[in-house]
Amino acid sequence: MKLHEYKAKEIFSNYGIPVPSGILVKDPNELKEFKFPAVLKSQVLVGGRGKAGGIKFADNLDEAKEKIDELLKMEIKGLPVKLVLVEAKAEILKELYVGFVVDRTAKRNVLIMSSEGGVNIEEVAQRSPDKVVKFQIDPSEGLPTHKITNLAKKIGLKGKEMVSVVGVVNRLNKVFSDYDAELAEINPLAVTPEGLLGVDAKLLVDDNSLYRHKDLAKEFAKSEEFTDIEKRAKDAGLSYVELEGDIGVIGCGAGLVMASLDTLKLYGGAAANFLDVGGGATKENMRSALELVVQKEGVKSIFINIFGGITRCDEIAKGIVDFAPKTPISVRMMGTNEEEGKQILRDNGYSVSETIEESAKEAIELARGG
Amino acid sequence: MAIIIDENTKAIVQGITGGQGRFHTKAMKDYGTNIVAGVTPGKGGNSVEDIPVYDSISEVPNDINASIIFVPAPFAKDAALEAIDFGLNPVVIITERIPIHDSIQIMKKAESKGIDVIGPNTPGIISPEKSKMGVMPSHVFSQGSVGLISRSGTLTYEIANNLSRAGLGQSTTVGLGGDPVVGLSFVDVLKKFDKDDQTKAVVLVGEIGGNAEETAAKFIKDSFSKPVVAYIAGRTAPPGKRMGHAGAIVSGGMGTADSKIAALGEGGVDVAELPSDVVRLLKEKM
Repeated sequence: MKLHEYKAKEIFSNYGIPVPSGILVKDPNELKEFKFPAVLKSQVLVGGRGKAGGIKFADNLDEAKEKIDELLKMEIKGLPVKLVLVEAKAEILKELYVGFVVDRTAKRNVLIMSSEGGVNIEEVAQRSPDKVVKFQIDPSEGLPTHKITNLAKKIGLKGKEMVSVVGVVNRLNKVFSDYDAELAEINPLAVTPEGLLGVDAKLLVDDNSLYRHKDLAKEFAKSEEFTDIEKRAKDAGLSYVELEGDIGVIGCGAGLVMASLDTLKLYGGAAANFLDVGGGATKENMRSALELVVQKEGVKSIFINIFGGITRCDEIAKGIVDFAPKTPISVRMMGTNEEEGKQILRDNGYSVSETIEESAKEAIELARGG
Repeated sequence: MAIIIDENTKAIVQGITGGQGRFHTKAMKDYGTNIVAGVTPGKGGNSVEDIPVYDSISEVPNDINASIIFVPAPFAKDAALEAIDFGLNPVVIITERIPIHDSIQIMKKAESKGIDVIGPNTPGIISPEKSKMGVMPSHVFSQGSVGLISRSGTLTYEIANNLSRAGLGQSTTVGLGGDPVVGLSFVDVLKKFDKDDQTKAVVLVGEIGGNAEETAAKFIKDSFSKPVVAYIAGRTAPPGKRMGHAGAIVSGGMGTADSKIAALGEGGVDVAELPSDVVRLLKEKM
């Protein structure tokens, strides 16, 4: 679950990490007074906000209101800006990077620190590897402070500044672990005349841990990360991702559905969505899957790809017949109770293919009105 | 031979009394897997499919050497740590949606004791005609000389089915699991297949997310001599979206299918464009 910057900063601040003072507004008139100059930051759950013009500056209240209004009319990578974080502009002497990530290959959490902040850390690591230090955390030992100190020295920090940075890293580690995060990042961690300041904040919470974070789980259900249909799919317990094409896709098993999308592409088609009904899907699951897929505008045909392992082909067939979509469908069905499933479909006037390729081609033709 | 499990495997089922546990215990038993006992705290003294249930592993009186876990995600870490503590090997975690921080702790403990963890979020492992510890439909697998390693479930059945129909049976099929952090990796399993006489060739089924395929490609190039064919799912997946599996996500430009296909190609692996092409490519190589 991606958290908005303002939410991440609120959490970081609760853990004693210094962040700029700010106000969150959803309307320019909510800003009454402020200590200018200010930074106006659109709150959207996508990267590259700065480059897209989603961050502006203002020197007085009128300018701020005008620019907040502009931001609130913007869309960044398809997401409408609904909130703007107004923050005091800091005097930045130097920018550092501190972050915790999960290294999937090493199966460890990793602390990353750099003397160069405010830019993409992976780019810094490639360009000047000497400026970036990474440390794999042994889960049975945790992260002792002296290890952080040694890392801080390696990127050239010393004295009081080093001690402050180590303090921030310690607190960020606590956030990372308490919130079951996949990523907790301060970039940049600014050095200002008044001390350290977390100028930008990112917190990505592991979706699978949300049962331990009930407050966040509630917000996750309505997060702007997802489209309306994606939210409805979540409620129905189906795995759905909206895509750009015109062929609806339903299958069982994430890998098989991805393979179905790829097969469509290979033959010149484009999927409108990814929908995994999961293993052991019932007639009802199949019905709700079809209901969701046809809701998306511009879906011209539906490609259904079932390999029955735990899933029974006859259940799938019953779900299709029961819903009887108006959109033309192409079904590929194989595995458990395959013959029963095919018979049900044939009896109701649907054709069934044996192979993914045939069925994908048929779905493409149907989408083209063939 | 075969790898990891065979006719000498004596398994327990943790979480045997739940719906999934019950259903698949029967299926595994029917397949011929030696399921010795079940463990569910609070259900000791019961039995499932004539298999005795205990409250904890330490109470199981029989000789056991492997565990398969169906325990719900919030309790799965503890179940896995119990099995690892007891030295059971492998520990197969079917449970999905286990928090990453829990998985990291499980894997660390397993590493320190030299135990193979398969999963979480895996269909399991099957050495056809010998033993099955998993939830896969048995009938698509047949015994032979192809080692199959996969990050996916249904797609694995699809490919195993194609292989079996073409007369290409399997030595062992290992589902690595669809989560971001899993136990055995492609490289771990490739090392085992390298030493296994029954395995003459390997099929690797990958998907977007992480860099396990890239790491495998490098290993194959440097130190794996048996023929390898691969299929990678998710060529058309958009960045930043989880494609069903928690681990199937392209993030920050990392984990794309293109990067994996290119790396595998450099490692001398033939990559199929369609799942059905795997058989043809494999026959050409063998």
